[in-house]
Amino acid sequence: MKAAVVVFPGSNCDRDLAVAFEAAGADVEMVWHKDTELPGGVDIVGVPGGFSFGDYLRCGAIAANSPICQAVKAHATRGGYVLGICNGFQVLTETGILPGALLRNAGLKYICKTVALQVETSQSIYTERYNAGDVIDIPIAHHDGNYFADAATLDSLHGEERVAFTYADNPNGSMDDIAGILSQNRRVLGMMPHPERAADSGHGGTDGQALFRAVASQLTDA
Amino acid sequence: MKATVHVMLKTGVLDPQGEAVRHALGALGFEGVQGVRQGKVIELDLAEGTSEADVTAMCEKLLANTVIESYRVDLS
Repeated sequence: MKAAVVVFPGSNCDRDLAVAFEAAGADVEMVWHKDTELPGGVDIVGVPGGFSFGDYLRCGAIAANSPICQAVKAHATRGGYVLGICNGFQVLTETGILPGALLRNAGLKYICKTVALQVETSQSIYTERYNAGDVIDIPIAHHDGNYFADAATLDSLHGEERVAFTYADNPNGSMDDIAGILSQNRRVLGMMPHPERAADSGHGGTDGQALFRAVASQLTDA
Repeated sequence: MKATVHVMLKTGVLDPQGEAVRHALGALGFEGVQGVRQGKVIELDLAEGTSEADVTAMCEKLLANTVIESYRVDLS
């Protein structure tokens, strides 16, 4: 399995994400935001956390219009897998690959702590090693993680069981406690919490490991 | 020529920053402030001949996120 991790100016979880993919058995190639194509044979693209372009204008807005994001969009449109974490989730909503938007946290504060997440569906390559209803501990670190979508979008997310994770105790005002969502074809996951920061015993928690292992095993068998 | 783009969160989208400003005004003793909405103003210095449609395209593609924001363009 081959993963590509996108690097924007201001990304700061790119290497953590690469390490998490590698630990699960993936070959990882880093791609720069100015690249116009993904490396050949890429199964999954990781869009990492951080503060791409200093969060100027809106979080993820400038990154979403970078050359590599055109390639990521084409990859997703072809049915390719994409995992966007934190700023990566913001980038995916800004590109329109995932619906909705991430607003400023309702309490206005940057929040950096480990939170309890409820797994809402095991029906994706990302969540298949969890059971729906499982509660896992994953860190969050964001200022703009307050998920917003209009009523019709929320209805379709719920109706199609595309909410992947919810917060057990909503920290940021997200609608319906949403922490992560899937695309219609279930191949794109965007989430504010950081599973790559809970993927090694040295992290103080390993609840995120199952996500990377599931992805690696699914995409290796494919 | 210049264009001024006003970007505001849409009605119904929670604006926690505006709320914080409202509270701060109340704390300073300014009474009767019933709501505050905070947006941004973007000034564009444009080559002559740039059309309003061009500016609208800029808003749609980058300057505003129409999922959550509305915008207004003033050309001068």
